[in-house]
Amino acid sequence: MYHKEKSIQIKNSASALYNNLGVLRIAPRRLTYFTVVHANVVNMVSASWDGLNYSHRQLQSKEPNVATSTSLIMQAAFCVLPSRDLLVVTSQKGIQMYESDGSIMVYWHALDTPETPTAQAVFARGISAVWENYICVGVSSGAILVFDVPSKGSNITLSEVVEEHKEPITDIASECSGSQECIADMVSADDGGNLCVWKSGEEFQLLNKIPGFDMSCSSVKLWKGTVAAGYGTGQIRLYEAVTGILHVEINAHARWIYSLDIAPFSGLLLSAAEDSLVRVWHLTLTPETNTVEVAHLHNECVTDTQICGAKFCDGDGYAFAVTGYDLSEIIRYTQT
Amino acid sequence: MSMRTLPLVFINLGGEMLYILDQRLQAQNTSEDNSEKGMWSENDRKRVMNDIVGTMFSKSFMDELLKPQQLYSHRTMKTVLTRLAHTSIMRLNPASMDRLYELMVMAFKYQVFLCPRPKDLLLISYNHIDTIREFVKDTPAVLNQVEETHRKIIEVYSSLSEGEFQLLRQTLLIFFQDLHVRVSLFLKNKVQNPNGRFALGTSGPVPYKTDVPGLIRAFDRKGREVRRHEFPTGGSYSSPLRVGSFDLHGDRVIRLGLNMYVSSVNCYNTPNLLAKEELNLLARLMGSMKAEHTPNTETVFRINLFTTDAEEEEAGASGGTEESLFGVINIQAMQDEQAATELARIAGQFMEQDEPVENPSSSKGDDLLAMMDDLS
Repeated sequence: MYHKEKSIQIKNSASALYNNLGVLRIAPRRLTYFTVVHANVVNMVSASWDGLNYSHRQLQSKEPNVATSTSLIMQAAFCVLPSRDLLVVTSQKGIQMYESDGSIMVYWHALDTPETPTAQAVFARGISAVWENYICVGVSSGAILVFDVPSKGSNITLSEVVEEHKEPITDIASECSGSQECIADMVSADDGGNLCVWKSGEEFQLLNKIPGFDMSCSSVKLWKGTVAAGYGTGQIRLYEAVTGILHVEINAHARWIYSLDIAPFSGLLLSAAEDSLVRVWHLTLTPETNTVEVAHLHNECVTDTQICGAKFCDGDGYAFAVTGYDLSEIIRYTQT
Repeated sequence: MSMRTLPLVFINLGGEMLYILDQRLQAQNTSEDNSEKGMWSENDRKRVMNDIVGTMFSKSFMDELLKPQQLYSHRTMKTVLTRLAHTSIMRLNPASMDRLYELMVMAFKYQVFLCPRPKDLLLISYNHIDTIREFVKDTPAVLNQVEETHRKIIEVYSSLSEGEFQLLRQTLLIFFQDLHVRVSLFLKNKVQNPNGRFALGTSGPVPYKTDVPGLIRAFDRKGREVRRHEFPTGGSYSSPLRVGSFDLHGDRVIRLGLNMYVSSVNCYNTPNLLAKEELNLLARLMGSMKAEHTPNTETVFRINLFTTDAEEEEAGASGGTEESLFGVINIQAMQDEQAATELARIAGQFMEQDEPVENPSSSKGDDLLAMMDDLS
């Protein structure tokens, strides 16, 4: 179903972090941007569709106005809003927002770090654009910071802090189908496996809470009102977001899942784990019966590699890209 | 990221260091007394182990590590471990320490990489502690320190969630990132590929609490299972093994963290040139046994792995290609009794203070570690 293409070499190897691959498709310029986190650096590659041009850039997690201080980065992700695209980078120290090509930093938000280190680590993790003008970022305390983003300029403001989770946020996702009918806009996941389903607005409204089972949910997606959640046990669960009803449970992987992605136009689901396997599934939603069906389509094994990032490169799922711990390349696969 | 890595890092890296040192000291134990020059006796071996373990598991050292803090850099880690090794009568020169550090780090990287589930990091640490206990079982004072430390670790780490352990593991994986030193023992056992990367199988038991992959289950709105079907996994997985013990004593079940060098000595009935070179590097750790009060005198102690000297020469000659592959470095260490008194003074700074410490933050152990931190 898929075959391997030529890999893209990156300057550093990928670190073992959840959802460690960002992809932004820029159709008008026939380019795709990729981001891969290595310790305190974000490696950015801009790849032309004809495969001839690659340009690299590195962003360091550095607080502005501080010469030497750096901190470890937890995640880098593209946020696509109707008016603009931003690259958001979260670290132990705070949240940075850049123009999507990484050229200019437009916003910096510092986390409250205690004077003397506490046993509980402090960091930001979990990034998503929500609705038309919000970017939501999770924090290790369980709080979610909601930023209001104007259509241009750097006048980004912290609009709200929602505190519902009690454990560190792992991932946040927004409804990706583009459908206006969906009630839920956003889902957030934490280290205890708990999921919160939200409606965005001036005040974010909690629609539902789906309890975990003491196992971290490392990656989450929301599509046509269905939550796809990947867990440390290697399981994928599909829930109806608003009611919390469990549709499907898949014993998908033998090790911790690190990344899930959905191609919104085709309903393809991508899962990747520490067990070195990437799997492609197909989701079928039947609105009349309110059921979800899952079919397994394809496996790819990245030999001897614990995969940490996997994303579709386009809305149909025609191609996908993969990163692995200690690997200095982005591996690509395309449908045959 | 995680602020709780240090105690586990020292127990595991220190444990690997002790395994290597113990194996080398044992291999040279051919006489019970010190009469032969260049020989380490059983007593000397025990003394080295007791000195290092005693320092590593001292209350002040462990308390310092248990404070929430970031992981040290490699340079700082190596410095602290070198000082630990030097609290014994053994000396290691920088080249030896470099190579020893590489071996220790690659062993721990292997264990962390292959750790079935993040919480099993504790079981790996306990495997190291269990073996360390065996090394010092004849010295009650040191054994007691190990037990106390073990209790403390259980107290601090038992309540961490799987998510917190995974964060700890991810922090360690960043520490190990891009290190692909080839270790002949791993290459021989096929756990490491010639390119330096570890082998990750797609078969075997799944971790505790994970279900064997392959099943898709669909449910109705009332939670009843309505369909189940299977998918091809591309691997051959089996049910998890029973869960290991997280208590002070017990069967840990997983093998990671146990002393690999013990079984390796047994399986060298036939000459294995790769491994032989490796062992010879380590073999040349020891130097002169009796202090001649001239610290610059060094004697390299030669290990016979073969039955006759002729075979030894032959094997040594054909080992040339491996040398260029692995960059064999001679490890030399000397026993330096003249420095012993000075050492005792320095080691004393790691040891538990007899008098109550008024201001813990000004204890000498802290100063030393703080000093080491500045080196990074």
